[in-house]
Amino acid sequence: MARMTLDELRALRETKRQDLARRDVEGKDIQIIVGMGTCGIAAGAKLTFDALVDSIQKHGLESKVIIRQTGCMGLCYVEPTVEVVFPGMPTVIYGKMTSDAAEALVQKHLVEHALLDNHIFDRPAADILKK
Amino acid sequence: MHYAIVDFVTDIAQNACESGASRVGIVFSEDDERVDVIVEDDGKGMGAEQLARALDPFYTDGEKHPGRKVGLGLPFLKQAAEQDGGRFRIRSEKGRGTAVEFGFDKRNVDCPPVGDVPGMLLSALCMPGGHEMTIARRRGSLSYEVSKSELIEALGNLEEVSSLTLLKQFLRSQEEG
Repeated sequence: MARMTLDELRALRETKRQDLARRDVEGKDIQIIVGMGTCGIAAGAKLTFDALVDSIQKHGLESKVIIRQTGCMGLCYVEPTVEVVFPGMPTVIYGKMTSDAAEALVQKHLVEHALLDNHIFDRPAADILKK
Repeated sequence: MHYAIVDFVTDIAQNACESGASRVGIVFSEDDERVDVIVEDDGKGMGAEQLARALDPFYTDGEKHPGRKVGLGLPFLKQAAEQDGGRFRIRSEKGRGTAVEFGFDKRNVDCPPVGDVPGMLLSALCMPGGHEMTIARRRGSLSYEVSKSELIEALGNLEEVSSLTLLKQFLRSQEEG
């Protein structure tokens, strides 16, 4: 693969945008938030982040999902942690999200609209909630 | 403890992005013998006393996590770099910003693996905040520079997975030389 220029990147973006516009019916209303604090990174959150991007693309959901990064969510004992905000479903914080678990999350939560068992750790610990 | 050198960079870059900075700069250079990194920001910075305490793992300012007793990011990095024959230096000024510089000696048997550099840059570029981020990357004779603003101009919102996928492809292609 040759080095891509910014102009080539722009052109590729245009091509993809046109492809996606045809599928973009529901808007970007799904948010995935990955904990990238010291604890998350040490537990492999970057691999989780990569696995989420790849898996969402594989399922053709890339025009509907936003992935954000944040610091520690207060659940250092079950890192990596991933919060999913999906309209019509409860907002859930998942823990122990290895890259395999991240793929399972995309399949279960985003595709099947069901919660992924054994990884649910609910809301952030009270000590980090903003007042 | 972090597994790879890029994980330390992600950690320190995340601090910089949360420092209220308007500019964050990352320089990541490597050759066969060394890895040298600079992460600097023009965010809130620290005074001399706070800076000294930031290197104590049992200190945290308590702002991010009230009730917590540890702050491990910088102490982990300092320990890892210094025990492997590398170096660590931090400069900071209250209200002006912080610069963290560190290096690892690849020839040292305890040097951590470098890790996935374009993957780390993707994560760093997409961290939230309205700041500009510039990245200068050198590996032997390969070198390139990218900035967050030019990537946003080309791709739009970097948090959308459609942008993330293209940006990942773009950054990987830069490493091809």
